[in-house]
Amino acid sequence: MHHVILGAGPAGVIAADTLRKHDAGAKITLMSAEDEPPYSRMAIPYFLSSQIDEEGTYLRQDHGHYKNQGIELLRARAGAVDANNQTIALEDGGEVQYDRLLIATGASPVHPRVEGLDLPGVHTCWTLEDARAILDRAHKGDDVVLMGAGFIGSIILEALVSRDVKLNVVEMGDRMVARMMDETAGGMLKRWCEEHGVAVLTGTRITQITRSKDRLDVALSSGKSLRAKLVVVAAGIAPNIGFLEGSGIKTRQGVKVDGFMRTSAPHVYAAGDVAQAKDLSTGEFSVLAIQPVAADHGRIAALNMAGHATPHAGSLNMNVLATIGLVSSSFGAWDGVEGGMSAATSDADAYRYLRLEFDGDRLAGAQGVGLTDHIGVARGLIGTRLRLGRWKDVLMKSPERLAEAYVACAQGIR
Amino acid sequence: MQKALVIDPVKCTGCKQCELACSYVKEGEFNPAKSRIRVFDFHQDARFVPYTCTQCAEAWCQRACPVDAITTNEWGVKEVHDGLCVGCKVCIIACPFGTVNYNASTGKVIKCDECGGDPACVKACPTDAIIYMDVEQAGFGKMRQWAAKTDTAAQATQ
Ligand SMILES: Cc1cc2nc3c(=O)[nH]c(=O)nc-3n(C[C@H](O)[C@H](O)[C@H](O)COP(=O)(O)OP(=O)(O)OC[C@H]3O[C@@H](n4cnc5c(N)ncnc54)[C@H](O)[C@@H]3O)c2cc1C
Ligand code: SF4
Ligand code: SF4
Repeated sequence: MHHVILGAGPAGVIAADTLRKHDAGAKITLMSAEDEPPYSRMAIPYFLSSQIDEEGTYLRQDHGHYKNQGIELLRARAGAVDANNQTIALEDGGEVQYDRLLIATGASPVHPRVEGLDLPGVHTCWTLEDARAILDRAHKGDDVVLMGAGFIGSIILEALVSRDVKLNVVEMGDRMVARMMDETAGGMLKRWCEEHGVAVLTGTRITQITRSKDRLDVALSSGKSLRAKLVVVAAGIAPNIGFLEGSGIKTRQGVKVDGFMRTSAPHVYAAGDVAQAKDLSTGEFSVLAIQPVAADHGRIAALNMAGHATPHAGSLNMNVLATIGLVSSSFGAWDGVEGGMSAATSDADAYRYLRLEFDGDRLAGAQGVGLTDHIGVARGLIGTRLRLGRWKDVLMKSPERLAEAYVACAQGIR
Repeated sequence: MQKALVIDPVKCTGCKQCELACSYVKEGEFNPAKSRIRVFDFHQDARFVPYTCTQCAEAWCQRACPVDAITTNEWGVKEVHDGLCVGCKVCIIACPFGTVNYNASTGKVIKCDECGGDPACVKACPTDAIIYMDVEQAGFGKMRQWAAKTDTAAQATQ
């Protein structure tokens, strides 16, 4: 049995390890298009802030891991898949035959149609290579413009601030992290940034970037312009599905998979940022491009590839973010469900906020600012669909008693 | 062999000696806020529930960690390595029990590691509400079954 995994991010690496555990005799090939040992994109911000070196971003810290596990690393980019003949054509020639294939090619940053995004000094922040370029240019006191204050943009924001650059953030939406939190939370984050000396221009577009000598001029929709040594683009991502065109493997937003992480082609599976899989909150199939989902997908896909039928009940969208030290998080249907009730508590001066969303007497979503203690219970409550009974009324009055409610319900104290 | 903390909430009187012992051993201060075990106090029902990590077989915290900072030791315990942890907090939201917490003073996360085989909370508990024993004997499956329900994989096969 030859298992081939396209992509050596968290989804691919966890799948490879899981396959080895469950299919001891199989041949496992882990392919990556990047010239690096398997690493974690989400560790890049900590590399930028010098908390870790490059090695600290590696997904497995034991140097001999892949060798010891009998996992063959192959540095190559897949150019096409022929699902009938079970082969992968490599971009620089050659072919790989598979018995089982996992597509875990992740996503790539999108480039909005803005003139000047191809200039030197303009970078995305997605790969280790990007990170090295940013490290080269972002030094103390340098003018840096960050395009986009979504979840990933806001994480990069934190890393740039730690480099003591002069940072301006430009976000075309009406608030920060608009797909992760509501206006109250987004507003708190923005106010917090400004209080810490970082300008966040919401409702503003970058219309053009030009270069004169060694500096960039960033023109804004407000008519103003910003000067910069470096522009970092974090304007959204799109799954890497281009190479599957003509393969017969169905794609839409991402690679469509069923409740067992199988694609439309026999013996082909997908996992991680590239997969359009079941969302536990909505019941729909969508791309949830986050680390814990990639980890779960990778494991479940691998179990199925190894012949252990393992259903995927759906993944929960969840995010945690630190913005110049202010921690925020959101889970599931943080924006509420139809006909559901909602409870919130906030203290604007203390930068604390918690909002819960219910579906009947079950928790459907949560978001918080300034809270970290036991927040994982939100995942537990949403994921298990545990009925809260009278504890729902307690939470309607006192949302901050969430962990207590969870423990009580689990212990039968109702 | 795998050993585990087995908690019998019915025996707990809510004295919180475990919290104090834990924070003292782990942080050098008597500060329940930094304890890895927490006693939930349901005074209305006169019930107390000591609560901490169950060292899941398929640990969500460990799998979600982007930098391999959580490993499993010979006792089956999931340990956080401060030297590798970047403080991203993904494990905090991934653990469905809410038993990984953030330590703002170190910028790292903290969770129960069973004190390397000699848990301080067990020694501190005057009523044997927390004992340390062999997993197989402990009927420990209950908590894990409950854990499995949370998982995206309905069958948490090993
Ligand atoms: C700066 C940054 C910060 C982030 N922070 C967080 C966070 O705090 N929390 C969170 O949950 N998520 C975060 N994320 C997102 C998280 O990193 C991704 O969800 C995760 O990496 C997805 O894993 P994956 O394995 O699906 O894909 P990826 O990690 O993208 O890996 C894809 C792999 O496929 C390879 N590949 C691509 N195309 C081909 C091809 N044609 N042939 C062969 N190989 C190919 C790539 O080289 C790579 O090895 C962050 C991302 C970034 C960039
Ligand atoms: S997921 Fe939670 S309960 Fe399970 S081992 Fe990790 S911290 Fe412990
Ligand atoms: S906070 Fe530390 S232990 Fe937890 S997931 Fe991040 S790096 Fe790993």
